Amino acid sequence: MLAKRIIPCLDIKDGMTVKGVKFVELKTVGDPVELASAYADQGADELVFLDITASHEGRKTFVELVHRIARHINIPFTVGGGISELKDAEALLNAGADKISINSSAVRNPHLIDEMAKNFGSQFVVVAIDAKKEMDGNDWAVTVNGGRIFTEKRLFSWAKEAEERGAGEILFTSMDHDGVKQGFANDALAELSQSLSIPIIASGGAGNMAHFKDAFVLGKADAALAASVFHYNEISVPDLKHYLRSEGIVVR
Amino acid sequence: MAKQNIVIIKYNAGNIRSVNNALLRVGYDAEITADPEKIRSADKVIFPGVGEASTTMRYLNDSGLADIIVSLKQPVLGICLGMQLMGSFSEEGGVKCLGVFNEEVRKFKLPDTNSDNLKIPHMGWNRIFDLKSDLFDASLEGQYVYFVHSYYVAHGVDTAATTDYILNYSSALQKDNFFATQFHPEKSGPVGQRILENFLKL
Repeated sequence: MLAKRIIPCLDIKDGMTVKGVKFVELKTVGDPVELASAYADQGADELVFLDITASHEGRKTFVELVHRIARHINIPFTVGGGISELKDAEALLNAGADKISINSSAVRNPHLIDEMAKNFGSQFVVVAIDAKKEMDGNDWAVTVNGGRIFTEKRLFSWAKEAEERGAGEILFTSMDHDGVKQGFANDALAELSQSLSIPIIASGGAGNMAHFKDAFVLGKADAALAASVFHYNEISVPDLKHYLRSEGIVVR
Repeated sequence: MAKQNIVIIKYNAGNIRSVNNALLRVGYDAEITADPEKIRSADKVIFPGVGEASTTMRYLNDSGLADIIVSLKQPVLGICLGMQLMGSFSEEGGVKCLGVFNEEVRKFKLPDTNSDNLKIPHMGWNRIFDLKSDLFDASLEGQYVYFVHSYYVAHGVDTAATTDYILNYSSALQKDNFFATQFHPEKSGPVGQRILENFLKL
């Protein structure tokens, strides 16, 4: 049986890992390659590297970092942040990235998903969606620029469109849950998982090990991503896997 | 292991370098080339691949690489799309393939009542069973490896490993000097590293 995936996420700024609390406060944590190797050795199933300052700063440092990661890490990894054109994705592919994630740029130019899928294959294209639940009703507003700008798009229809355009996976971050450590947005995750036929990665809200179990059981997610609980040693990957296994969830 | 001459076939497929990164991690350095002489004279040939079957087959036919691959006598390892292209036919683009293995490549179909919320592609870590090739050793039975694919090879005479996703299918094949894995050993942690080392020991 296919195992549920645990994915530590490393936010990168100036070649170093950081984690934003509610996407605003930033604390420097450490060297990405060193941290990534440690996670791979501990049994992390995949890694995500997000260049959170990519839109504003040069890409060169990040592409060089991706080269180093690809050389040292023996599990799959996704890179994202500031990818707005085919050539950005191509540079990262050539540097050794297994997948890229696109977010704001796909919202602004949905055709980018088609282009990326056509040129590099769907398996290479993760569409990341940051969304915030609307005050009235059950839908979620898609946000861009790290949650700073609201868009006309709605989570479920946008995720479906992304799938139809050729996305290989959806990485859904609830902006209401991110950084507050009260669990993932399980209802929205379950709706996504049941209405789409591509894998869904849960993101935003991990505070304890039971939250991961809930994302898999209630949220029907295929993978769960977290950052600070791993970076600050609040949860270790081996302990988490052991706990999930004891709860009857298939993990590697 | 003695020093050997390893070639990774260069063609229009994605992420070929990641296989060499994995070889570098175990102390080898392959040459990534499309030069027929270099491919023919290599000790080991690796045929990786991520991409679409019919476009890639057209490229292999036009470039003459198709004829070279099927004529190789040294150990050859096909990975992912590389394995599928070594079959006889692929539903992806409805294309005739290299025919090293007499197996067709079909698209996964989700079950009618998809109560487990299975997805296509089959993406992530899954286990390999009933291992039957020198690519594997006893320590690898039931271990997890990394997969990303929407098409599969059914069980057949050349099945060298079995994986359960929607159905039991061939996650590895072997016939004579031709070895192939549907999963990505280069991305499968220490388990994948061991499989690559086993191939290099052949």
